[in-house]
Amino acid sequence: MVPINMENIDTDQIIPARFLKSTIREGFGENLFRDWRFTETGEMREEFPLNNPLYKGKILVAGKNFGCGSSREHAAWALADYGFEVVISSFFADIFKGNALNNGLLPIQVSEDFLQTLFSLIDQNPETLLEADLETQTVKIEKLGLTEKFEIDPYKKTCLLNGYDDIDFILAQTSQIATYESGRNYSY
Amino acid sequence: MAKTLFDKIWDAHVVSQKSGFPDVLYIDTHFIHEVTSPQAFEGLRKRNIPVFRPGQTKATADHNVPTINQHLPIKENLSRLQVEMLTKNCTEFGIDLYGLGHPFQGIVHVIGPELGLTLPGMTIVCGDSHTSTHGAFGCIAFGIGTSEVEEVLATQCLLQQKPPCMKIEVNGKLQKGVLSKDIILHIISKIGSAGGTGYFVEYAGDTIKNLSMEARMTICNMSIEMGARGGLIAPDETTITYIKDREFTPTGNKWTQLLDHINSLQSDNDAHYDKVLQFNAEDIAPMITYGTNPGMGTAISESIPDFSGIPEKEHYSFQKSLNYMGLEAGKSLSGKSIDYVFIGSCTNSRIEDLRLVAEFVKGKTKSEHVTAWIVPGSKQVMEQAIAEGLDSILASAGFELREPGCSACLAMNEDKIPPGKYCVSTSNRNFEGRQGPNSRTFLASPLTAAAAAISGKIVDVREFID
Repeated sequence: MVPINMENIDTDQIIPARFLKSTIREGFGENLFRDWRFTETGEMREEFPLNNPLYKGKILVAGKNFGCGSSREHAAWALADYGFEVVISSFFADIFKGNALNNGLLPIQVSEDFLQTLFSLIDQNPETLLEADLETQTVKIEKLGLTEKFEIDPYKKTCLLNGYDDIDFILAQTSQIATYESGRNYSY
Repeated sequence: MAKTLFDKIWDAHVVSQKSGFPDVLYIDTHFIHEVTSPQAFEGLRKRNIPVFRPGQTKATADHNVPTINQHLPIKENLSRLQVEMLTKNCTEFGIDLYGLGHPFQGIVHVIGPELGLTLPGMTIVCGDSHTSTHGAFGCIAFGIGTSEVEEVLATQCLLQQKPPCMKIEVNGKLQKGVLSKDIILHIISKIGSAGGTGYFVEYAGDTIKNLSMEARMTICNMSIEMGARGGLIAPDETTITYIKDREFTPTGNKWTQLLDHINSLQSDNDAHYDKVLQFNAEDIAPMITYGTNPGMGTAISESIPDFSGIPEKEHYSFQKSLNYMGLEAGKSLSGKSIDYVFIGSCTNSRIEDLRLVAEFVKGKTKSEHVTAWIVPGSKQVMEQAIAEGLDSILASAGFELREPGCSACLAMNEDKIPPGKYCVSTSNRNFEGRQGPNSRTFLASPLTAAAAAISGKIVDVREFID
């Protein structure tokens, strides 16, 4: 796990606007948390958790209201491209949550208490192993016998497990869309 | 059953509903821009499908464009490629583009309303979180990610869970010098930058009713800064007067039908809201933010909170914010010297904002150490400002009137606030680095920004008004 014990981490921090000029989805990981990872002159900020070799793994743990601000999906792309598969927080901003789910990055919302427990466990032992299981909707730290359930929209869960998306779902009902269009009370 | 305005618009746009699945919601108008659309078009190509309803998507170039010499090719390579990519995609997929040089070009949330593309009762989306702006017209308008941009291009629909609805009422008479920007900064400072997360907001009350459309747009624009997906205001005579006779507003029979339709766009008296908040206009003073999220704001006449007013577990984030800003807890911001003033962005770059600023600075001169940029929201706003002679008033006061775009709100182009410098900005976000790496942002109203430019420091604009 990689802990960033900060609240209100906005998508401008996750990927600053000046790196949004690419027209493809790949390659944003390089600039993930750019200004927190590096100084203006490009030197590594050693105190930042992503630069701390003690913290490893595919799970990012962050304070509440993660992903607030700009709707840029590049934030989810950057986290996934860097290698994260799961983000754990006590609260996610709406648009970020949707973007993450649309990119196979799993946002896991846990209670504030559980989140604080995670931060202190990582603090005590940076190598603490946490396992996240989408199928059973649980996160657990086996060694300590600690388990927590999490909620996920059942439709989104099916999408993630089966690898299909919203477009496939809606494209299967284009005739209903046309029927809707012709039957509206007021059509713009 | 009694319904809110939000319920009525939502329910009228549900194409299909299936238990256990989100609603398939029909989208009337889709706006796109150069930054969050290229990957969506790429997705269509990969799926080998066309744009489902190309007439219902409109494009402009705003986020990444220079605000000087727009008639010349864009110098910065990646920005130019991104803008060219938008042109290529719009041509290939048959979408109207109001790009650089076009008389309709401008910030997407400024041009939609001014062209009559934003109409009451619509559902509107765009790959930009400030799409909530359009809610001022009585629309369900919200920001989406790029995968969803692709979804709307492919199907003209979005799969969405219907969110709960919150009513925020503001009643009473505003003090002199207090603008709608102060109202929304006040609300966000009270409920926090996540206080609206999960909700759609309806703004109501006589204070809101008495605002112009421009002022209402400023409020709805910043709904996302309290975490809400969107905010809307019931349409009324002010709305109708604004939309009438605009470029794409319907005419003839279609207009009469629209007026009938608008009549139905009100919340029922006994409609249920999932949460209700109330504010008094008299309690609102000119506001300024001191931290690195929009919830960290205070009246200029008051001080930055001290640690006793902040929950202990937030002390670290609070201190980190203040360190970044170079400020101290418990101190007043009044008299703080500043370096830049930015008047612009989808929050405050409309003609009314420019008129207010011009009226205020007329006959005054900006402080010598301040750089003051005014970036109009659109080509039409710019032309209007010139036609009214605002350009020469602003120039005499030492303000630089630039060409339309998002500019220093997010500093994707070359309009950046240098590291460590302070900027009083009429934009919507004060996040770390938002206006350029290590820049420091004070969010405020256009009047407060204008007063700061003249004084060279943060002042309570009421000191200038008798």
